[in-house]
Amino acid sequence: MLKRLGSWDVLVIVVLAIVVIVSSATVEGFASARFWGFLLLDVIPIAFIALPMTLVIITGEIDLSVASVLGLSSAVMGQMWASGVPLPAILPIILLLGVVCGAMNGLFVTGFGLPSLAVTIGTLALYRGLAYVVLGDKAVADFPFSWTGNMIEALPGTTVPWVALVVLGLAVVFGVVLHATPIGRALFAMGNNDQAATFSGISVARTKFWLFVLTATIAALAGFFWTMRYASARADNGAGLELSVVAAVLLGGVSIFGGRGTLVGVMAGVLLLITLRNALQLADVPADTLTVVTGALLIISVVGPNAASMIRARLRRRPPAATPVAGV
Amino acid sequence: MPEHAINGAPLLTLSGVSKSFGAVRALVDSKLELRMGEVHALVGENGAGKSTLVKILAGVHAPTGGVLTLDGEPRAFAGPVEARAAGIAVIYQEPTLFPDLSVTENIFMGRQPLRGLRRIDASTMRRRTTDLFTRLGVHLDADRPARGLSIADQQLVEIAKALSFDARVLVMDEPTAALSGVEVERLFAVVRSLREAGVAILFISHRFDEVFAHCQRITVMRDGRWVSTDRVEDLDVGQVVRRMVGREISQLYPKQETQPGAAALEVSGLTRQGVFEDVSFTLRRGEIVALAGLVGAGRSEVVRAVFGVDRYDSGEVRVDGVRLPRAKPAAAIAAGVALVPEDRRQQGLVMQLSIERNATLPRRWSLARLGLLGWGAEREDASRWAQRLQVKAGRLSDPVSTLSGGNQQKVVLAKWLSTEPKVLIVDEPTRGIDVGTKAEVHRLMSQLAANGVAVLMVSSELPEVLGMADRVLVMHEGRIVEEIARDRADEESVMLAATGQRQGGAA
Repeated sequence: MLKRLGSWDVLVIVVLAIVVIVSSATVEGFASARFWGFLLLDVIPIAFIALPMTLVIITGEIDLSVASVLGLSSAVMGQMWASGVPLPAILPIILLLGVVCGAMNGLFVTGFGLPSLAVTIGTLALYRGLAYVVLGDKAVADFPFSWTGNMIEALPGTTVPWVALVVLGLAVVFGVVLHATPIGRALFAMGNNDQAATFSGISVARTKFWLFVLTATIAALAGFFWTMRYASARADNGAGLELSVVAAVLLGGVSIFGGRGTLVGVMAGVLLLITLRNALQLADVPADTLTVVTGALLIISVVGPNAASMIRARLRRRPPAATPVAGV
Repeated sequence: MPEHAINGAPLLTLSGVSKSFGAVRALVDSKLELRMGEVHALVGENGAGKSTLVKILAGVHAPTGGVLTLDGEPRAFAGPVEARAAGIAVIYQEPTLFPDLSVTENIFMGRQPLRGLRRIDASTMRRRTTDLFTRLGVHLDADRPARGLSIADQQLVEIAKALSFDARVLVMDEPTAALSGVEVERLFAVVRSLREAGVAILFISHRFDEVFAHCQRITVMRDGRWVSTDRVEDLDVGQVVRRMVGREISQLYPKQETQPGAAALEVSGLTRQGVFEDVSFTLRRGEIVALAGLVGAGRSEVVRAVFGVDRYDSGEVRVDGVRLPRAKPAAAIAAGVALVPEDRRQQGLVMQLSIERNATLPRRWSLARLGLLGWGAEREDASRWAQRLQVKAGRLSDPVSTLSGGNQQKVVLAKWLSTEPKVLIVDEPTRGIDVGTKAEVHRLMSQLAANGVAVLMVSSELPEVLGMADRVLVMHEGRIVEEIARDRADEESVMLAATGQRQGGAA
């Protein structure tokens, strides 16, 4: 089983374990159940969006607009609630909003053949801008406690939020889809070589289109959670979150070039990122430094696996090359 | 015609030249002689070793054996730069210019004239470019970017580049393949002026009319060997073709006799603007039909369109009478069509994935149970096919890239045969694989046909075409120009049709 995960994933899990052990011993309050309850609440939106993001990056694309979709969804929620629309009616509208945002990303990428990096940087700005158009600078905060309280409710007798369990369940579903279904096989194939995938009867463009739709829909849903969790709908909700999501996915061993990665690794990556950040926060490390940590982890996770495979390749190539050199 | 020119001393000679790539012998004891002021044609089938010979001249490959002399001096080039410095310039069919640089910058790339402080002397560079174009008698803007130039103009830029370092030997690898009539005329005007200036030109072409109109001597190659060198006056087209193909068909091709059954694949009026036009044919159960023609005739493009990987503008494709939707490979697969593509590494396989994943990719849905692919299902199935096709692999979980070319091709075949196709399309099924595997592939195709599969084979190897096919469809410049039955098909008839010598466009 360990072999299947590949060495980078195992490394991330080991580092996660070390961070947890060291922090428990050195950082006061880290080992408390209450801290872990909060930590899991922080994990939820990142882990949730990381699920479809993993699939997107494995196919060789990327979606940087997720945090802006989250913000737009929050802003629309706030504006509608302020206009008197009840929450059960807002939820389906939010989902539809996600579908539309994702369809736009997908159309630009697959329909017009533009690079997803450029498209979603564009829609990152566009959707965030729309969020400000919808809600402006104000915050809508008068959501009923029956909803906001429920969203952070822990499972009876624990500090584990019930939503975390839902995300865990979804992670299992995504993991199975990615690693044990025909869909997952197609994703890996197109991520490595979309031409060969096309020649095998895989509809590359259509699959990618729906992945963008799925990603934005989940991001919009994450916006709903975010708004309820902080009981505040703002246009700038989740600003910069895309960086954390991408960092976590890459840290989990997914190749930025596509075609490689596991969902277990990604979940370990999300946990490592958040645990490290919250542990540092708990140890009174200033917020600016935390951003540095995210950035550094992002770099390490891009360079790390590539450096590792380069070293492996170098080692593999050495034996035959060494023979003629041996006498020198 | 200046007779003295071609009676002069040889400028460049190759003698006893061989080149092997692993076990493949691309050139065997071959020779060539170029004299000042001659246009020398080099002809041969695809795979006759012309390209390898050109690459030896260009310094890209070092010959495994033999001698290259220039002005009577034996030379060995360590790389293209040395060959160029010695005065040998090669113009490839598809010129490789930097699209965003100007014509001038392209010509002097890497050799820009400098002035003080190692700054590029743009005005000298520009002046020299205009001089070169004047010498060639062409009108091209020296300042425009290379992007957007026609292939013909790009070739002229390459020729100007060759002149800029005083090339004495100019090798042109199928320069006219992508040119229109007027462009061809202009190119030959340039060639004539170069010739009068004493440059030796090696001209590789499949167009015999051009060869006979513009060349003084013709060298024929076959199977990596030199066959003959003659003056054009002493030859005719028929003789050249016979020399190009004249070999005995070996008994390597175990074609079983079959009775063709009902129509399995019907293609009618298939057209893609500028690529192929009005292609129609019918493929019956149990027969092997070859699609022959020269490289670039549009054969692969046609089969890709049939399979749905490429689009087509008009026409239709039917399998068992049911029309296939355009550009939907999945629909073609579901209808029972399989395509073993030309480029194994880019199209046939996902090199990074394991053997078992590759072998089962088109059937991932049918192997799944309740939508799930247990690890066992793919491996079990892949191992059955690997055994049947005798794939030599360590573990099925190894990346397919670790296999040899022949074994990779077997994985591609396993991948498609396991879909139990009614129509099997194979594009260059034996390119780049060893003789033993080749024979196995042929046996397999023959067996499939005997079992009622309709096989469409694109092949550039004439012996394979003649040995395997019940019928040969010959394409020339995007059209099927002739259909030849097995008993009438021989190397001459196919070659003549493929080079457009026989009532071209009569289809």
